[in-house]
Amino acid sequence: MNNIRSSAAASKSRGLITEIFKNGKALITYLTAGDPSLDKTEDYVLTMAENGSDLIEIGIPFSDPVAEGETIQNAMIRALSKNIDLDGIFNVVANVRKKSKVPLVFMTYLNPLFSYGYEKFFKKCASTGINGIIVPDMPFEEQGEIKGFTDKYGITVITLIAPTSKERINVLAKQAEGFIYLVSSLGVTGVRSRITTDIDAIVSEIKKVTDTPVAVGFGISTPEQAKKVTKSADGVIIGSAVVKIIAEYKENAAPKLAEYVSEIKRVIQD
Amino acid sequence: MTKGKFGIHGGQYVPETLMNAVNELESAYNCFKNDRHFNEELTSLLNGYAGRPSELYYAGNVTEKLGGAKIYLKREDLNHTGSHKINNVLGQALLAKKMGKKRIIAETGAGQHGVATATAAALLGMECEIFMGEEDTERQALNVFRMQLLGAEVHPVKSGTKTLKDAVSETMREWSKRIDDTFYVLGSVMGPHPYPQIVRDFQSVISKEIKEQLMKRESALPSAVVACVGGGSNSIGAFYNFIDDKEVRLIGCEAAGKGVDTFETAATIAKGRLGIFHGMKSYFCQTEKGQIAPVYSISAGLDYPGIGPEHAYLHDTKRAQYVPVTDDEAVGAFEFLSKTEGIIPAIESAHAMHYAMKIAPEMKKDEIIVVCISGRGDKDVAMIAKYKGVNINE
Repeated sequence: MNNIRSSAAASKSRGLITEIFKNGKALITYLTAGDPSLDKTEDYVLTMAENGSDLIEIGIPFSDPVAEGETIQNAMIRALSKNIDLDGIFNVVANVRKKSKVPLVFMTYLNPLFSYGYEKFFKKCASTGINGIIVPDMPFEEQGEIKGFTDKYGITVITLIAPTSKERINVLAKQAEGFIYLVSSLGVTGVRSRITTDIDAIVSEIKKVTDTPVAVGFGISTPEQAKKVTKSADGVIIGSAVVKIIAEYKENAAPKLAEYVSEIKRVIQD
Repeated sequence: MTKGKFGIHGGQYVPETLMNAVNELESAYNCFKNDRHFNEELTSLLNGYAGRPSELYYAGNVTEKLGGAKIYLKREDLNHTGSHKINNVLGQALLAKKMGKKRIIAETGAGQHGVATATAAALLGMECEIFMGEEDTERQALNVFRMQLLGAEVHPVKSGTKTLKDAVSETMREWSKRIDDTFYVLGSVMGPHPYPQIVRDFQSVISKEIKEQLMKRESALPSAVVACVGGGSNSIGAFYNFIDDKEVRLIGCEAAGKGVDTFETAATIAKGRLGIFHGMKSYFCQTEKGQIAPVYSISAGLDYPGIGPEHAYLHDTKRAQYVPVTDDEAVGAFEFLSKTEGIIPAIESAHAMHYAMKIAPEMKKDEIIVVCISGRGDKDVAMIAKYKGVNINE
């Protein structure tokens, strides 16, 4: 009984995420929860959703984010200095859900979840309206850590594929749900002037084994870059560039975010 | 699916970008660890270059003063570069060379692992970059210059608490930026599989020698082996070949800093909880919300919020015992060993020395304690002077 219900929930959440790729190229944006405040996080999620973000990644701050560059590290430090915690972030999610249907995905390191308790965490994800989760320090081999809970509560686990994945691509792509997060470059998150990876080649490798849409992230900030990667990919993920706008304009970033997000969306949909 | 487990601990919690690199490392290590040529080359480096076997020294004055168990000191401080770190570094650097890597990178806390890595890079003709918390570059300025003399580039790490944990995070980030020609020489029995196993294997020469040397001298096993624990490389090295000898007590000494009842401590087993960080599941000092806690110890080498997964397992199974030792106690042992035996230990090793001083008087005279003197104390002299309020006008 429980199983039937939960697998239905899971396929519903996957469905919602996959949906965003149905009307042309998708734009996914990221922000760090609690930077500059939880109220503003709620405001900015809604602003981005209204201006063309098809899915929003909400970053859960962690003291030692090993996959992040300076921009997101600093945003997390700012958030943690205001004692942002998971209960506060779940409130933001619940409030956003009252006003918007935009799919929401958590981007988080494992330890804050582990500490909170997986059962409690994913139950809360489901009840507040989180659709999926991205865990940068949990490779495919360690998915067993949370899989029982994500299946139970219908939360989609997003798979990352990197330029170094090579022969792993096959296995990773086959089991992927929702969308595949293709990491554009080596290294950590952060704006880059040039993307040197052959994105098109990796995308076509992935497309051979799965219909799951592919979105490219890491280092992308300009409309030109977004346009370029979405030639082959189904969507683009922008994180550090958004976080930079928020860092610069703090409480007053909404107009700038609206402008930036709608510009990227316009360019990739052209 | 998951690999490299010690009970519930260990694993490979790293970003996808690094997965192929750790897999490549695992298969290279599995291929070379039983390779005769590789092992001959390594043994020749350990003996001819690093000065192994290291002495197992009977500390007669200390034994007499304490009036109980016999105290033997495993003199890792006499190794080339002045600590046990060279054992692991020579192994990993040689492996890197065999894998065709041109550049090695490493984190360092007190600077001992960085110095050892820079040394191996100079010897084997490889590029070397060391990541060191900015605070540690100040605490251990002499070691920074040593690394530079050896031809390494030293990057002060300004993120987070600017100490060892941040140096590890930054080295992981650097590795994920440049993987093809780069080998990460991890300095302790921590991080993702296969590092805890590789580092333990390369350090296990310590207990192998202790066992042989003590058999020769005393025809006996020690009653206790005592070593300091940060990540836990010298201690796992000193414990490893005794794990099956259940009558040997294995005692790891954690840095309690200003005391386990304060926030200024780095005693992971005493204060930490199960968590996932730096590629492994193990015990970590963390806040109730699961943020990694800032830790403190007088010793930069033990100033780390986690402990290697095999130690976590030895703790769970009660095969080893982990005890906290404060700054004050370590400094006391530092001075005691210097004055009594003419051996200035690293402040890290002084933590182990303190616990031996504590238990020896209660033990019988025919019992034996082996203390691993993991490094020499020259690097700590200026800091001890400062601690005691002595102006040495450097």
